[in-house]
Amino acid sequence: MATTSTAPPANSGAAPDPKKKAPNTTASRSERRIVTPEGVALTFQLAERGERAAAVLIDLVIMAVAITLLVLAIVFIFSEIGITEIAVAVILLTFFLIRTFYFIYFELRWQGATPGKRALGLRVIDRKGGYLRPDSVFARNIMREVELFLPALLLLAGPEGGSAGWVHLLTLGWLGVFVLLPFFNKDRLRAGDIVAGTWVVSAPKTVLLTDVAAKAETPAGSHQAVDPEFAFSRSQLEIYGIYELQTLEEVLRQKGPQTEDTLQEVTKRIQRKIGWTGVEDPSPRRFLEAFYAALRAHLESRMLFGERRESQHDRKAPPAGGGEG
Amino acid sequence: MSAPLKSYEFRREREASWRELETLIAKAEKSGLKSLQAEQLLRLPSLYRAALSSLSVARSISLDQNVVSYLDSLCARAYFQVYGSRANFFEAVGGFFSHSFPAAVRAAFWPIVIAGFWMVLGSAVGFFLVQASGEWFYSFVPSDLAGGRTPASSTESLQGALYDGADTAERLYTFATYLFTHNSRVALMAFALGFALGVPTILLMFYNGLILGAFLALYDDRGLVWELAAWLSVHGTTELLAIILCGGGGLVLARAIVFPDQHSRLDSLARRGRAAGTLAVGAVVMLLVAGLLEGFARQLVTDITTRYVIGGTFLVFWITYFTLAGRGRHEGGYHGDD
Repeated sequence: MATTSTAPPANSGAAPDPKKKAPNTTASRSERRIVTPEGVALTFQLAERGERAAAVLIDLVIMAVAITLLVLAIVFIFSEIGITEIAVAVILLTFFLIRTFYFIYFELRWQGATPGKRALGLRVIDRKGGYLRPDSVFARNIMREVELFLPALLLLAGPEGGSAGWVHLLTLGWLGVFVLLPFFNKDRLRAGDIVAGTWVVSAPKTVLLTDVAAKAETPAGSHQAVDPEFAFSRSQLEIYGIYELQTLEEVLRQKGPQTEDTLQEVTKRIQRKIGWTGVEDPSPRRFLEAFYAALRAHLESRMLFGERRESQHDRKAPPAGGGEG
Repeated sequence: MSAPLKSYEFRREREASWRELETLIAKAEKSGLKSLQAEQLLRLPSLYRAALSSLSVARSISLDQNVVSYLDSLCARAYFQVYGSRANFFEAVGGFFSHSFPAAVRAAFWPIVIAGFWMVLGSAVGFFLVQASGEWFYSFVPSDLAGGRTPASSTESLQGALYDGADTAERLYTFATYLFTHNSRVALMAFALGFALGVPTILLMFYNGLILGAFLALYDDRGLVWELAAWLSVHGTTELLAIILCGGGGLVLARAIVFPDQHSRLDSLARRGRAAGTLAVGAVVMLLVAGLLEGFARQLVTDITTRYVIGGTFLVFWITYFTLAGRGRHEGGYHGDD
């Protein structure tokens, strides 16, 4: 069954290759599960390092703008009322307060998001699945002092008068360990995340689309997922597994100029593989929708009996002729 | 031959409640949970639980990828709203002072003592070295920190620095704020560097002690040490305590890495790190208090006895606060599993 390897793999673009083996490994590597107090595991995607860097940059820009505006306001106000002595003190204090409490304030306020994180759809969550505690927020953001502000300051300042250049380099290298920490662990934790027990995940919104199999219900009332024009035998449905089914779902949901070509191509490939002898040259979309509905109904009913067939290469579930359940 | 599409039926029956939850969540995400009406708020948890149960059913019966990932993201978004950080900013701050901070200090007693020890050792070394040779002063104290107080200064100017009045106010306010931001950076770094196995934390404590010792020796040389101590005590009791607390927090981190408890290093860091972070934030607030004392009280009060009284009062206050505040209110919170 797994011996058909006619097409060269990975002709780029949208055309899915049903022969690819494991389900999307890059996605599952960045997937993390949290068990909610109700006992259901929720899946989260770890945020990409680039996304996180971008979020921090946005936040830093906002901080810089806020500080500039406040400094201008302070200078203006104090020169108006004529007390210039404490203006510098107030400015230094403002600077310090914003630097220390900007992230803390927003992460507490917006449930683990800062303006930058919000813009990129990122969130801080507790690794154990509990609620995000204030002390976690404190801890992870104070670590920024060594991870972010100190290296930035050193980079900007250059070697200090007193210390030699190599001392400066050494310090930078050593701080680099902190800065680059997210690249050296699979959870992309920075030092602050490690200390606070948090993850940064991306929380994109998924839209509920119409069911691809919805149209398959055509024969009113019968609730049979069978388009009368296309009848698939059991052995034809035994060929593919869940991975192929979901790839087909993706194909059917695609919209774009090349969709029709893709559908045509996929139809041909599937027909060849299952040995289609029914209608010659059917409308690709109708054929695929019917096949999708039939395959899903078949696999779902198998699943009810406890047999999950992950892909066409999965031999856990005996092929046709095995137990009838 | 094919079975009916149960997953489709399943979806049709529940879709309305998913959509309802989605609308509520979208509203809460946009303008906060408070924007929901009372009955909507009451619906939220039950809709959330319904969606969760839909999710676990969908995972076992449905192969419609879109439905499963939709439910996954819907439940995650609802989860953030239901279990997001519970306290608002000001509640968090209140709970922080009434019990988290003192509890964290009590829990980290020994690391704080060790950090304090290194600072005391540093001051002793600094004191005796500068006493032996004034040249050491310049190696210990950065010029911007010295503020013009060096072995080259005259006794009068050194003494004057202790009693500067309002005439030099501008310079002093700025200098005080500079010292405050400098000290809080030292303190926060002492904490954060605990992550590097604590060695830099100890060095920072020691170095800070050296500076202190150097100043003491300088003033001792001119017979002004008691006046300096009075001057220092106004804000110093608060400030030095804060720096030591941060150092203690750093050592808590270091201990979690070097000697993890029965959990993995990562877990033990996460558990202790939070308590240590609490310590550091509390210390920053103490530094703020110290900064205010330094900026105002110290310039206004020039009487030695009053200075000692103020400094002593604050020391007693902090010690009482750390020993007594918030006792008994789930003390084990930071070290218990949750």
